[in-house]
Amino acid sequence: MTGRTDSAQRREEKAARIRHLLSTEGESVERNTQGFNRGRYDAVADLSDYEELKDQARAVKEDAIARLPELIEEVRESVESRGGHVYLADDADDANRYIREVVEDEDADSVVKSKSMTSEEIEVNDALREAGAEVWETDLGEFVLQVADEAPSHIVAPAIHKSEDDIAELFNAHFDPEEPLETADDLTRFAREYLAERIAEADVGMTGANFVAADTGTLALVTSEGNARKTVAATDTHVAVAGVEKLLPRFEDVAPFVELIGRSGTGQAITSYVTFLTPPGDAPTLDWDADATGPADDREFHLVLLDNGRMAMRDDDQLRETLYCIRCSACLNSCANFQHVGGHAFGGETYSGGIATGWEAGVHGLDSAGEFNDFCTGCTRCVNQCPVKIDIPWINTVVRDRLNRGEGPAGGDGSSFDFLVDGLTPDEETDSSGLGLQKRVFGNFPTLARLGSATAPVSNWVARAPGARALAERVLGVDSRRDLPEFRRESLRDWFTARGGPAVGDADREVVVYPDPYTNYVEVERGKAAVRTLEELGVEVRIPDLPATGRAPLSQGMISTAESQAETVADALGPMLDAGRDVVVIEPSDLAMLRADYRKLLPDETASRIADRSYELFEYLYGLLENGADADGLRAGDGEELAYHAHCQQRTLGLEEYTTEVLGELGYEVRTSDAECCGMAGSFGYKREYYELSMDVGADLRNQFADAERAVASGTSCCEQLSALRDETVPHPIRYIAPDE
Amino acid sequence: MTGLVQQFEREATDAGCAVRRVAAGDFAEDFAGLLEPPAVGAPLPFEGVSLPERVTTDPTPGELESAETGVTPARFGISDYGSVAIESTPAGDEQVGLWPGHHVAVLAESDLVADMPAGIERVGEIARSGGDVVLATGPSATADMGELVVGAHGPRKVSVVILEDR
Ligand code: SF4
Repeated sequence: MTGRTDSAQRREEKAARIRHLLSTEGESVERNTQGFNRGRYDAVADLSDYEELKDQARAVKEDAIARLPELIEEVRESVESRGGHVYLADDADDANRYIREVVEDEDADSVVKSKSMTSEEIEVNDALREAGAEVWETDLGEFVLQVADEAPSHIVAPAIHKSEDDIAELFNAHFDPEEPLETADDLTRFAREYLAERIAEADVGMTGANFVAADTGTLALVTSEGNARKTVAATDTHVAVAGVEKLLPRFEDVAPFVELIGRSGTGQAITSYVTFLTPPGDAPTLDWDADATGPADDREFHLVLLDNGRMAMRDDDQLRETLYCIRCSACLNSCANFQHVGGHAFGGETYSGGIATGWEAGVHGLDSAGEFNDFCTGCTRCVNQCPVKIDIPWINTVVRDRLNRGEGPAGGDGSSFDFLVDGLTPDEETDSSGLGLQKRVFGNFPTLARLGSATAPVSNWVARAPGARALAERVLGVDSRRDLPEFRRESLRDWFTARGGPAVGDADREVVVYPDPYTNYVEVERGKAAVRTLEELGVEVRIPDLPATGRAPLSQGMISTAESQAETVADALGPMLDAGRDVVVIEPSDLAMLRADYRKLLPDETASRIADRSYELFEYLYGLLENGADADGLRAGDGEELAYHAHCQQRTLGLEEYTTEVLGELGYEVRTSDAECCGMAGSFGYKREYYELSMDVGADLRNQFADAERAVASGTSCCEQLSALRDETVPHPIRYIAPDE
Repeated sequence: MTGLVQQFEREATDAGCAVRRVAAGDFAEDFAGLLEPPAVGAPLPFEGVSLPERVTTDPTPGELESAETGVTPARFGISDYGSVAIESTPAGDEQVGLWPGHHVAVLAESDLVADMPAGIERVGEIARSGGDVVLATGPSATADMGELVVGAHGPRKVSVVILEDR
């Protein structure tokens, strides 16, 4: 019992921390990330060959990581042939020791830096200060954080959580300028002048690198402020710190990345400066003391390539993809949860956002990743936004699975990943993670739903019994402010069997309507409406007893359980597909299993066969209507307005339009939301620790639909969330077009 | 070719540059108005075109710090981004285009390339011979102080002068 009380307390603490961030940093983070996100949509729409560029970028990264050891040797030769030095550092300590030696050899007492997440990762500033050197961050965001003594909250815009007023207050208190600083212009001018002096005094300049071409030894730096250029130009010794994954085989490979990185990040077609340095280059050195210039050959260059767990990630079939990441921040800005809490909640020791789970697990170990891994709800909104097509939610799922099994810690300390995804996820062992019981309950929802239905209405009375919700909150972490699903005694399948099974004889098309647990036991009416609609359009419907898809356990990181459920589903569907029946799915998250996630869980051929023959309900209806089915018997809208929120995974799969098209054809005026997520995201919004965040995310959607008479949504959890937000029942859109009973 | 110039003009203007087109013969006259003193510069390698005398070449760090205007040649331009390629030279192109508040880049029309892959090809040639290049698009900027500010560590104003008959 102590364990459970502890986890209840941990949940309370986490909820309090989220509440604090929502009220202090949420507003700035939201404004900025949503601005970047809108910018990204616009900027990539300008690219006629966006998809090809992403494919190219992906292919370059796959090739580069596959050949990494060879590229490391190649870059060593190309840099050394021009008189530079390359050091391959095993871990943070090793890198810091080398850099400290360089600084000591130069007798440097001042170092200026441009922004580099990799140098944050190794915390080089501390190491340099220990060596007696002053260190100044010249990126204005990093400078703000240096003054404030805070950690970055975003991988591209590190001070995104601070407003103009926050920064003015900070600078006025810290620097006590003659005239108080007020506007962003004042602050920028002040910082530039202050840092110009630091740059002039500095002996060593440190930068990161966005890309490193192995063949030419060229660094590419993608920046806007010009501080990276000054950092290099004003100092005689340049130390560049880059993860080994930054290597590209050929210089020209950088082309697609130059086009994608700014667009994917802050939504700029290109940042002000893309600098290509092949040290020592030809720029003269600047001697501020003597007010004179010197020859370029006086420049010394050190490239520190950092392993720190990356080579082990490369050997890990699941984490390898993380190394393709170009740290553009698209997956942060497009994430509804990130938009509201930012990287101080949704982040680890160094990295933040969805992909941070991969980075933190790889470089700092599973414990660091475990702190925030839950913030990824698996909504998949980031997947299509990633310029190198990383399946970010999958990485989160894999890490969650490893955490569930109490694996780790792993990371840059030299330990390797010897635990791959296979092997069982023993449910009973998940208690060791502290939040285990909660995960088990949500992961086993299909069983719960079956039992709940079998014992309804008693199960519903029990749930409503005095004290029951408080108990559920304390023990299971189910927030007591949420309405619980109300189980129906007569399931969809019971109804279908009772009415005599298939009703349309001699049909051209036969389909299997997949009885997902929500439709079967809770939202039975939407199931009946789907059956009536399909039959009206001349399709013979069957609702066989099919096992759960495995969505529920997968979203709790129980991969093995999901895998064995997928196998059971595949076995059960096999004969139905053989008989020429298509599979129609109402719950979008279950469709996404059949269509996308099964590719990770089943043999290719089996997964493809299921994917090719499974349809979202409205997608199937759209196809029927396009092929000449007669819609006259369906309910029409007569200009009635419907506000429609599609399910996240449905949008990722490009399936939103089928619903809007069909509703439109039937005479409804449809408008859609552009909120990335409703905030519920399956079980996420039910959890005590995330309830407030979930409602905060949902507020965007509520506001967008504030003046809408009626709202509809495809996903069960979206319907629940919208119902809570609008204080009315929000149904599935099928309810608006199905013929009357 | 005209298509490329127009596209460059449009994109560079969108990125926040002031773009003008002049014939080499009119350069000296046209140029005078752009040079708020003190001005520093790197030699222009275009025939029939040279820096006015009051532009200081081979500037010292102090001269860089106090300059209002910095004139450099652009090695080439990329039309569909409005970017100019500034190549580092011993004459200090990199610093001259970076320290002063106003960067004036002089670009020959015949040095325009259509798109990024073509631009990267050209940078690749320079990189292979050990040179440094920056693709500069519009003025320096930051969003780190809570609002977008034009003019961060680099220039807050960029002008591109396109030499039409070069
Ligand atoms: S995972 Fe993809 S979207 Fe996210 S930062 Fe990396 S490259 Fe960008």
